Amino acid sequence: MSEKKTERRDFLFTATAAVGAVGVGATVWPMIDQMNPDASVKALASTEVDVSSMNPGKTITVLWRGKPVFIRRRTPEEIDEARAVKLDDLKHPEKDEDRAKNPEWLVMLGVCTHLGCVPLDQKGDYNGWFCPCHGSHYDISGRIRKGPAPTNMEIPKYEFVNANTIKIG
Amino acid sequence: MSDHEYTPKSNFGKWFNDRLPLLTLANHLTDYPTPKNLNYWWTFGGILTFCLVTQIVTGLVLAMHYIAHADMAFDSVEHIMRDVNYGWLIRYIHANGASMFFLAVYIHIFRSLFYGSYKAPREIIWIIGIIIYLLMMAAAFMGYVLPWGQMSFWGATVITNLFSAIPLVGEGIVTWLWGGYSVDNPTLTRFFTLHYLIPFLILGLVVLHIWALHVPGNNNPIGIDVKKPSKDTVPFHPYIVIKDAFALLMFMIVFAFFVFYTPNILGHADNYIEANPLVTPAHIVPEWYLLPFYAILRSVPDKLMGVIAMLSAIFILAALPWLDTSKIRSAVFRPLYRQFYWILVADVLILGYVGAMPAEGLYLLIARVATAYYFLHFLVILPILGFRERTLPVPLSITEPVLGGSSNLAAARDDSRLEKLK
Repeated sequence: MSEKKTERRDFLFTATAAVGAVGVGATVWPMIDQMNPDASVKALASTEVDVSSMNPGKTITVLWRGKPVFIRRRTPEEIDEARAVKLDDLKHPEKDEDRAKNPEWLVMLGVCTHLGCVPLDQKGDYNGWFCPCHGSHYDISGRIRKGPAPTNMEIPKYEFVNANTIKIG
Repeated sequence: MSDHEYTPKSNFGKWFNDRLPLLTLANHLTDYPTPKNLNYWWTFGGILTFCLVTQIVTGLVLAMHYIAHADMAFDSVEHIMRDVNYGWLIRYIHANGASMFFLAVYIHIFRSLFYGSYKAPREIIWIIGIIIYLLMMAAAFMGYVLPWGQMSFWGATVITNLFSAIPLVGEGIVTWLWGGYSVDNPTLTRFFTLHYLIPFLILGLVVLHIWALHVPGNNNPIGIDVKKPSKDTVPFHPYIVIKDAFALLMFMIVFAFFVFYTPNILGHADNYIEANPLVTPAHIVPEWYLLPFYAILRSVPDKLMGVIAMLSAIFILAALPWLDTSKIRSAVFRPLYRQFYWILVADVLILGYVGAMPAEGLYLLIARVATAYYFLHFLVILPILGFRERTLPVPLSITEPVLGGSSNLAAARDDSRLEKLK
């Protein structure tokens, strides 16, 4: 092979292509990023819920960022059941203590981690939730026990503003 | 493109054609030599063109009345059904037209599979066809979301969530597709835009599909190369035009039956309930034409692998010209392939059936076996069959099987091929 001489022109081609690529990238990015959540969607990032009227054993569903959030006030039996499960039996091992800091209150995204359906309350083989779409069973801590879902139902960021109010987000 | 020189008769025609050779193109399409043994399975190309035009025209009209907003979409569809003059007719044509489009495209694809139309030198036609099929599925899926019923909403949720199976970036992609944290108004407006765009992309690809077809010319039921023009061909007009027109009329009878007598049988009752993000319908099913792939998705217990299996089931078709190692095109001369072909047809129908059933118990088992067989057919059976199969003798020309027994055999054979043999 003959030695290829690098000419001034090669440098110009490379430099032009490099500047062109940056220019195209800078032009294309706004076209792509415009599809991401806009300011008005992000502004609805938190919701406050009054839970003063909830008795043990009751679940309510609230909408947060367009998604359902389950808030369940668990009975003492349910708490015992959730805490008695061995981590070895879980597909996605998480302690109930980590999922429900206040054991009486379980606050989680009511979205099946398989393909995003809303699981049904107090159904399924584990006394918790059952997703009708593709048959995932969750326990009373919202952990996946059986079916195609890969992980437990997600716990959103939340806090008790006072004894009766939960702020999600 | 045209095999012979064409000169328009009128002076104006000559003047125009010299500047833009549209008349040469028209002449090429009219005289285009077509194998004379094409059967009715070859009429679905024309039928599909009709379906595409129907969808574009009815869709354009619907878009004049539809409102792409999460609060108004459902009501605007009911407004079309009840208030707009002939709105019910136009919407039923559009909704059932999607099903008819897929019915025709499946027949068209399975015709290709039977007669080996995807093999050399027609691989590009085939691959363009697969891209069109993919775009059709995307358009149909997004179109189904627009009425903003329960099936629209939850179908959109399930299908967009497929992307969340991608490691690391999956969740980000899903949020980007949604334009929010769930399927909502931004999702609806972008789906409407894309649903409007895709048919025109398909139209462009159809032009390429036909262009690529007109280079080697049509395959035919006995799958041999045909010299063009010759005793084995007839001009496209009037012979194929009239045959296509007759088949189209028959097809339109089926189409009209659905539109006028049972317009909702192919849809789902739940889609007449407005979308509700808090309640998932008890049993989510996609439209019938996506059921086989849905069955494949659900038959794999792992989320990511399920998605990969489903996409592979479609993309594997693009590799078909190279997976099928047999040099013989038509199944007419491939006794073993013919049997496997019908097993595959049955397999896909079974997948479609179990896709509509709950994913549990016996249905799940059947779905798994059928999924395994689907991949076995393309990845194992077809490559091996090309080497092992004892094919039947292939005639030298289309005319030979008819006049083969006569003393006039030489006349029946394609002269050039006969000379090659000497």
